[in-house]
Amino acid sequence: MDESTSHTVGTKTFVATWIALLCFTGLTIVAARMQLGQWSMIANIAIASAKASLVLWFFMHLKYERRLFKFLLFVPILTISVIIGLTFFDLWYR
Amino acid sequence: MERTFYDKRGIASWLFTTDHKRIGLLYLMTSLAFFAVGVSLGLTMRLELIRSGMHIISAQTYNAVFTLHGVVMIFLFIIPGIPSSLGNFIMPLQIGAQDVAFPKINMLSWWLFIIGGACAVASLFTGGGPPDTGWTFYVPYSIRTGTNISLAVFGVFLIGLSSTLTGMNFLTTIHRLRAAGLTWGRMTLFTWSIYATSWIQLLATPVLAITLLLIIVERFFGVGFFDPAKGGDPILFEHMFWIYSHPAVYIMILPAMGVVTDIIPVFARKNIFGYAFIAASSLAIAFVGYLVWGHHMFTSGMSDTARVIFSLLTFIVAVPSGVKVFNWIASLYKGSIRLDAPLLYTLGFIFLFSIGGLTGLVQGALATSLHVHGTYFIVAHFHYVMFGGAAMGFFAGLHYWFPKMTGRRYEEHLAKFAWVFLFIGFNMLYFSMFVLGWEGMPRRYYDYLPRFNGPNLVATIGSWILAAGLIIMFYNFIHSLFRGEKAGSNPWEAASLEWQTPSPPPTENFETAPVVTRGPYTFND
Amino acid sequence: MEHRDYIGAKLGMWLFLFTEILLFGGMFLVYAEYRDLHAAEFHDAGKEMSVVIGALNTVILLTSSLTMALSISEIKRGMKIRSLLFQAATVLLGAVFLVNKYFEWSDHIRKGLYPNSPELLALSHGKVLFFGLYYVMTGIHALHVIIGISVIAFMLVLTLRNRISASDYVKLENTGLFWHIVDIIWIYLFPLFYLIL
Repeated sequence: MDESTSHTVGTKTFVATWIALLCFTGLTIVAARMQLGQWSMIANIAIASAKASLVLWFFMHLKYERRLFKFLLFVPILTISVIIGLTFFDLWYR
Repeated sequence: MERTFYDKRGIASWLFTTDHKRIGLLYLMTSLAFFAVGVSLGLTMRLELIRSGMHIISAQTYNAVFTLHGVVMIFLFIIPGIPSSLGNFIMPLQIGAQDVAFPKINMLSWWLFIIGGACAVASLFTGGGPPDTGWTFYVPYSIRTGTNISLAVFGVFLIGLSSTLTGMNFLTTIHRLRAAGLTWGRMTLFTWSIYATSWIQLLATPVLAITLLLIIVERFFGVGFFDPAKGGDPILFEHMFWIYSHPAVYIMILPAMGVVTDIIPVFARKNIFGYAFIAASSLAIAFVGYLVWGHHMFTSGMSDTARVIFSLLTFIVAVPSGVKVFNWIASLYKGSIRLDAPLLYTLGFIFLFSIGGLTGLVQGALATSLHVHGTYFIVAHFHYVMFGGAAMGFFAGLHYWFPKMTGRRYEEHLAKFAWVFLFIGFNMLYFSMFVLGWEGMPRRYYDYLPRFNGPNLVATIGSWILAAGLIIMFYNFIHSLFRGEKAGSNPWEAASLEWQTPSPPPTENFETAPVVTRGPYTFND
Repeated sequence: MEHRDYIGAKLGMWLFLFTEILLFGGMFLVYAEYRDLHAAEFHDAGKEMSVVIGALNTVILLTSSLTMALSISEIKRGMKIRSLLFQAATVLLGAVFLVNKYFEWSDHIRKGLYPNSPELLALSHGKVLFFGLYYVMTGIHALHVIIGISVIAFMLVLTLRNRISASDYVKLENTGLFWHIVDIIWIYLFPLFYLIL
């Protein structure tokens, strides 16, 4: 299969992604000011992850890549999550 | 005049080569040179410990010796060992490729390895002198000691980068460059093991990188991450260090397991038993191996909850290794056995690795771990798995692929003779350490109580017998390199792709691109 | 020997990016432990950070990701000049980010808030650790920004010389992937340091 050229993403898609990212940035600043206490960090991480997903999916072209790439991305994400999670079994119960 | 990859001459054609076969040999020569350094350091330690109260070196020097022994053996011999030498040379041949995916990055990896090794060696002679923290660089001592930690640690950082890039290269190679018809299910199990190992190299090494960087940052800027006086947590360092260093031991053993899995079918003349299970167990070991690092920290002050969880996970990670051992035995059962050196070294591997693995369970169980932590029991365990296991597997691979790499045969009787010395010397040296550790002798001490004299003497004598075995084995290789009988393309009558091309191979590996129609262990006799 | 494998080249780059996730992941682990231990003090220390500069830098990097992505679209369409302009814009935005960082750090250093300073050591453990994390994490990130800018500048030269073109642009694409990861890291650093309000 000759995949020496790939799907070209339109300028509109990129600009729309950029606008969405700016909106999420505004949202996260507003959320931070809302004094959510415990939930503040969770909300911020969730919004950051949404932004990261947009960058991955559109700017980094992941939407248009083959399934293997999408699947492989979970490997480091799972690895670092498990590492941080297991470490907290120590930190929280000392 | 035969066309082989050795044809192009001149030192520059070697030092700046992008041919995976030459790079594999460069790694082989340099990692064996570092192995010789590590062995000398080990023999020095054994000489110091031959008798209670007797000293040939100072305590400070002893600390530097065991530190360097660990750093050299682990980072400059065992971790790069099989993947970078045999993996580089053989894996592309086994998948029918012309080279790896990124040949220039392959060369860069070797240069990073060399420069990193040079930094580590330079740390002996510069600054405050050789590091004395042990290869584990535990805080707070690694932050406070005046010895040349920063340079040594930077060297290890570069070696780690070399390893990471190799992992990336091999993964891309195996995904993208397999020959026509070479499906995942027709790959050799050696290549499968290199694949699993490459994932560990790729994902675990960066954690080491950041940990080492933080040591350097602490020493220069006193940030305080690991300093209790500033609110830091020393146990966090241990977490970060072992998050890499435990998966690292699977980098060491998985390729060796791959080597013996390739050897057994050829010398038993029957197909491997449980191909899918062996392949799957390699991936399982790679994954579960990330989950057990806390078993190095049972006495550090970790929470009880964490200790129980890590102990359970440690028992689980033993299962896939057990699966492999059973499959190897089943593969040999009712086989038509040819007890040539590759198989003899493989049998040694299975026996010694099993002892090492089983004693790992003693350490994985919390109650017994408390008793043996910090003693020679641990030292014995890891030498059984890393030396009796990984290194013995490496030696098996060297014998097996010697004809392919050099076009000559080693001398069979000498190889077996060397094996006897290795096997006897090894067990004298390291079994004594199980006894010593169980009896309470602490590790990393330059002296000990007189009641430990007996086994220590046995161990030191064992070290000499072991060293003799190594000398005989390497003499065999070097002599055979120049005077060995010529080997054909397939002296072992094996079925995998690397044997379907001349020995040594031409630069492009195959005259015509291979097309694969069957598995790698199908024999017609 | 010459072998062109477009998918393989991209795969290799993605695998390299995985190592960056683990590298920064290690630092996020350190952050997670100390924020968990010293939640209130991190909150206090966070007040020293300027949300304005942080937000501005976030917008700058997000925009630089846009220009980077556009530079690749343009070269794929054979629009060499436009691609060059977008690449240059990315470099410029990256440089502005670094300039902001420079002023930010200078300001904190002038106030005595830097590792091992007497002023900092007089503060609580949580604050000492917060600023330690701030300098190390944004520092390593800034190093990656510098590397990214340099590589993009190099790609600019290659594009000028037609070594990157509509028929062979994987180098630029891979550079883009690296740049976007640098952006993603900052996407997480921003709330973790500037929005603990």
